[in-house]
Amino acid sequence: MSGDRQAEPQIVAENLVKRFGSFVAVDGVSFQVGRGEVLGFLGPNGAGKSTIIRILCGLLRPSSGRALVAGIDVARDPEGVRQCIGYMSQKFSLYRDLSVEENLRFFGGIYRVPNSELPERMRFAISMAGLGGREKALVSTLAGGWQQRLALGCAVLHRPPILFLDEPTSGVEPTSRRRFWDLIHSLAADGVSVLVSTHYMDEAEYCHRAMLINQGRLIAVGSPQELKHSALGGKVLLLECESLGPTLAALAHAPGVLDCSVFGNALHVLVSDAERSLSELPAYLEQQHLRPDRLERIDASLEDVFVQLIAVDSAKQSAAA
Amino acid sequence: MFARIIPIVIKEFLELKRDKWARFRLIVPTLVQMLLFGYAATYEVYHVSTAVLDLDHSQESRELISRFTSNGRFDVVKVAQSQREITEAIDRSDAAVALVIHAGFAELLRKGQNAPLQVIVDGTNSNTALIALGYVGTIAQGFAQDYASDLAERVQGVRGMKQIQVTLEQRPWFNEDLNGRWFFVPGLIGTLTLVIIVNLTAFAIVREREAGTLEQIMVSPIRPAEFILGKTVPFFVVGLGEVALIVAVGILWFQVPFVGNPLVLLLGSALFLLSSLALGLLISTLCLTQQQAFSMNFFLLNPFFILSGFAYPISSMPQLLQWLTYVNPLRYYLVVIRGTFLKGVGLGVLWPPLAAMAAIATVLLTTSILRFRKSLE
Ligand SMILES: Nc1ncnc2c1ncn2[C@@H]1O[C@H](COP(=O)(O)OP(=O)(O)OP(=O)(O)O)[C@@H](O)[C@H]1O
Ligand SMILES: [Mg+2]
Repeated sequence: MSGDRQAEPQIVAENLVKRFGSFVAVDGVSFQVGRGEVLGFLGPNGAGKSTIIRILCGLLRPSSGRALVAGIDVARDPEGVRQCIGYMSQKFSLYRDLSVEENLRFFGGIYRVPNSELPERMRFAISMAGLGGREKALVSTLAGGWQQRLALGCAVLHRPPILFLDEPTSGVEPTSRRRFWDLIHSLAADGVSVLVSTHYMDEAEYCHRAMLINQGRLIAVGSPQELKHSALGGKVLLLECESLGPTLAALAHAPGVLDCSVFGNALHVLVSDAERSLSELPAYLEQQHLRPDRLERIDASLEDVFVQLIAVDSAKQSAAA
Repeated sequence: MFARIIPIVIKEFLELKRDKWARFRLIVPTLVQMLLFGYAATYEVYHVSTAVLDLDHSQESRELISRFTSNGRFDVVKVAQSQREITEAIDRSDAAVALVIHAGFAELLRKGQNAPLQVIVDGTNSNTALIALGYVGTIAQGFAQDYASDLAERVQGVRGMKQIQVTLEQRPWFNEDLNGRWFFVPGLIGTLTLVIIVNLTAFAIVREREAGTLEQIMVSPIRPAEFILGKTVPFFVVGLGEVALIVAVGILWFQVPFVGNPLVLLLGSALFLLSSLALGLLISTLCLTQQQAFSMNFFLLNPFFILSGFAYPISSMPQLLQWLTYVNPLRYYLVVIRGTFLKGVGLGVLWPPLAAMAAIATVLLTTSILRFRKSLE
């Protein structure tokens, strides 16, 4: 628990590969998570996020590569890591017919939390989940946000130094999601290493580092700041107009435009030179009888970065195939 | 050592307690099936449709036929004039049984010789046919005896009169009406318990697999043996309750006498429950979805029933099937139940089936523990 071990990695993945038959779900992924670090896994559906997490929990064996959790090789000694990890699977997995208290007591029991400590830890989990006064409520009667926070409470009841959270905020309303991330950070502040997956791109902002995964491969990793500044390879312009479709089609062939995508009811245009495009694009669109209402430079969001990177990567993949 | 069994047991009981539908499933179908089987599945047969061909036209032949119609077992639906009409009646299923009395029947009787009565049964329902055949034998024998004593009376003083022989064999178990039910109800205890317990446990693990809770359990430090045994205990207790319910209905409602030692029955039931539970849990560890578990259940339970000696005698099965019955816990439990209920025999006689069930339970439980992997592959 000493501060000088901050650098010592708690989770190490080296060249992880997972094949299901001939299908490659995870394709040579390597990364590390330090003590007290929150690493976010981002990627579209089927990217391989859950598969990597399951390998690290010892639920799946890697086809090749190595996974070390708390210094233990997971494939060799899956039982060795069980007591050190907490896991929230993507599918909600508490007992719905049991009350809040009964679920906590059950997980306390199978992790053999000593009886002298259990009441205190249960109180902590209940207050963390914001379920004070609802201890006797059946889990099935709780709203999504509460259920997820209770699941987190159950996962940390035995005080694991390492936490795997697989899409813990999916299907939860925004304010509850915010609260959930606050909980993750308070655990990290106590030295817990957290690997958390999400498909909400904006949540990458809450991570110390974010990893972008597409089709089983790691395509970018870094702090949110690093990703916004370096990963994109261009500048972003915001374009608002009446006819999104034709404009999108026209921009695909415009000079200096690297990429273009729809964000809400506007377009984000990736260009190599912001100043030049700002002056040249209106005239180019005018030729095609299109008139933008607004065109200005904006700071790239992580979502811009990810959408762009995934589009480029997927194009590269289908070209290779 | 096995400290994690307790939270599993508590959890199972709580889930069972909250699951109203499960309680309904445990009690209502059991009672319904018990009553249904107890009443419907008997060896009694009434009102068998019968065709008659009397080629003798004697007083004796008419007397014999009237004996068939007078007791409610047989209804004469056709009085045939020729052998062909008899064949037709059977072929068209108008009659299940046909009686043919050939010319010369009375003649033979008067001479004190064996008089043949031809019986044709529709073998497509062999159960009814066999039973009906038994009644025919009984009636024919009664007729022959009465005729003999009558004849003896009339030829008083003449010695050396040969007793008229009975040509059809009589089956003793059709004589006493109640015996059928006494035989059936104890057997029901075994078959109903097997179906209920295997059904209950077969879903015990698959359900958690589908719900996702199993994945949560797999990442915990729990041992496979702790998990499996934790699942066993609650269902064992529930199973004992089921057995008690069925036994109570059998004794109190159907008035089946219980002459043996209740403790021997308890021991046998416990061992049988363990084997059934272990079988269900094994199914549960083998299946990935509840749908699979359902089909597996369906596929397995019938052979267990057929190869138990409940309805079909083991001794008349082909040798290969007879060997299969040796791994069937129901076979042994039926021996224990019938032994304790009807014969009142104790451990001295019943230890081999008890030991066999203990062995089956041990093997199956061990296999499910070994089969249970804490991995998704
Ligand atoms: N047991 C399995 N057998 C075969 N294919 C599998 C198996 N598990 C996962 N896959 C496939 O591997 C790929 C990666 O799946 P995974 O669940 O890891 O994706 P994910 O990034 O978690 O996606 P999501 O956001 O939908 O949860 C998917 O194409 C999936 O269909
Ligand atoms: Mg997933």
